Amino acid sequence: MKTSKNITYWKTNLWYLASLLSIWFIVSFGFGILWVDTLNAIQIGGLKLGFWFAQQGSIYVFVILIFVYIRLMNKLDEKFSKKEE
Amino acid sequence: MDLQYWIWIAVGLSFALYIGIAIWSRASSTSEFYVAGSGVHPIANGMATAADWMSAASFISMAGIISFNGYDGSVYLMGWTGGYVLLALLLAPYLRKFGKFTVPDFIGDRYYSNAARAVAVFCALLVSFTYIAGQMRGVGVVFSRYLEVDINTGVFIGMAIVLFYAVLGGMKGITYTQVAQYCVLIFAFMVPAIYISFITTGHIFPQLGFGATGADGVYLLDKLDGLHRELGFHEYTLGKKSTLDVFFITAALMVGTAGLPHVIVRFFTVKKMSDARRSAGWALLFIAILYTTAPAIAVFSRTNLIETVSNKSYDELPIWFSKWESTGLISFEDKNKDGLVQYVASPEINELTIDADIMVLANPEIAQLPNWVIALLAAGALAAALSTAAGLLLVISSSVSHDLLKKIILPEISEKGELISARIAATLAVCLAGYFGINPPGFVAATVALAFGLAAASFFPSIVLGIFDRRMNKEGAIAGMSVGISLMLFYMLKFKLGWFGSGTPEEWWFGISPEGFGALAMLVNFFVSITVSRMTKKPSKEIQDLIENIRKP
Repeated sequence: MKTSKNITYWKTNLWYLASLLSIWFIVSFGFGILWVDTLNAIQIGGLKLGFWFAQQGSIYVFVILIFVYIRLMNKLDEKFSKKEE
Repeated sequence: MDLQYWIWIAVGLSFALYIGIAIWSRASSTSEFYVAGSGVHPIANGMATAADWMSAASFISMAGIISFNGYDGSVYLMGWTGGYVLLALLLAPYLRKFGKFTVPDFIGDRYYSNAARAVAVFCALLVSFTYIAGQMRGVGVVFSRYLEVDINTGVFIGMAIVLFYAVLGGMKGITYTQVAQYCVLIFAFMVPAIYISFITTGHIFPQLGFGATGADGVYLLDKLDGLHRELGFHEYTLGKKSTLDVFFITAALMVGTAGLPHVIVRFFTVKKMSDARRSAGWALLFIAILYTTAPAIAVFSRTNLIETVSNKSYDELPIWFSKWESTGLISFEDKNKDGLVQYVASPEINELTIDADIMVLANPEIAQLPNWVIALLAAGALAAALSTAAGLLLVISSSVSHDLLKKIILPEISEKGELISARIAATLAVCLAGYFGINPPGFVAATVALAFGLAAASFFPSIVLGIFDRRMNKEGAIAGMSVGISLMLFYMLKFKLGWFGSGTPEEWWFGISPEGFGALAMLVNFFVSITVSRMTKKPSKEIQDLIENIRKP
């Protein structure tokens, strides 16, 4: 069951997860909560940046993150199934 | 045409649509009843998940809660969307690959133990019942507000309709009605939102209007911060809650979202692993449309409300004010007898009490939209409540018929017998939910928000560890789930319901509110699971193979 190919596949997946979840953490818990006061000093148009990340920006990033993951994994699946043949 | 006719037409047509879909897609096998035969298209499943997820609270109350809490309302926005990232990346694809019917199925098989399965069933039922009672109540409230019937009659109508399509159609019926319900609810939410954004800021997209200027050329948020300062409220874009509490509440809501059984089970209904990822992406996109609009509505209606009522003569207020006053959602008491409305932070001087729900419900009237928009809003609110109730109902029925009956008590039951028992369980669950909707026990309101804490403290760690930690065994998982959920229940009962000698906010552990405690209970669960598993023997070869298999594409 445990082939080297499976291990590579899983390791690549874990690497994707770690990178994407770091971004997930930074935009929501980071920009939206922990550093919100610092970012609020920057105002773009009518929006304080920290407040915007907490109520809008983080949600847009979440959507993008999932679609990036879908793309990465579809490519990885494809590569993996080619090797299989 | 009269408003009442419009509402009856909108509600009647939408109900006829749901019933029609249910008849067309009735379930004939257990696989169809539990997971719609695993043949749902990812985009359709995304819509169904979005409707399943967005409850009466998201539709009616969320924008209002944000508008009263400003920045602190962000916990709901981030918490209830960020959980989908966890779902798409950590749970959904692997659970789909595992390919059974329910969450307790996974826990029971992965941890090779009926005790673990039973603990999972208990957690699933606890989470789902705390949640569904609130939904049935929501149906009753919408009926009573818009159709001028008694709340109880409203609950009965709601019960009858859910019963019909959930019992007949099972997951298959629920899925396609939820797709229709998503369309109804998002249309109903967006039409007034776009209109109000346009008249307030000139932007068609509320998301852009959010950061724009009003007719007087001042940025809306700056103006709102100014108004709040004047009236003594905390500034809109700053919070009142401590950073730590905001952090923990957001985390509890995110993880809880990812651990809610009625959401997870939706990902069992697609064909393959990659479709599970894809449908999580679509689901979040569909949810984000409403969730990025809600904070904009919050700002528009908050500004509008303050400008309309603050220091204005009571006799000259617009008609919608007196209409909603009669429902009890707004109340005015002229304390200093000057005939003007004082709306300020200080409770001694303040003369106006406003229910948060009004921000969405009264929106069309405040913006003077035509009657059919109000009718649409009623149909949308019902769609939101019914779709969530149906999803929860299915979890309850499958937990009883599949996990308890088939897997633990009566393994030799035939498929036909299981299907009949699933339908009976669904019927009983509707009656129980209806009972709680009519006689809401005091704890319902307090616990709906805490259902997330319970899910976070129980399921999330066991599922994640079951996939990502090969060494995790049944002793660890059972210990973790039991400790996690007991701790969360204890904290909730102590600080929300006054058991165990009750407690004041000053006595919160580390200053974490009950709403955010789920995140801490989850960490404890992780810690206990890992520690116990390392001290007991590792899972067998078959389980190791099961994990390897889940991880493969």
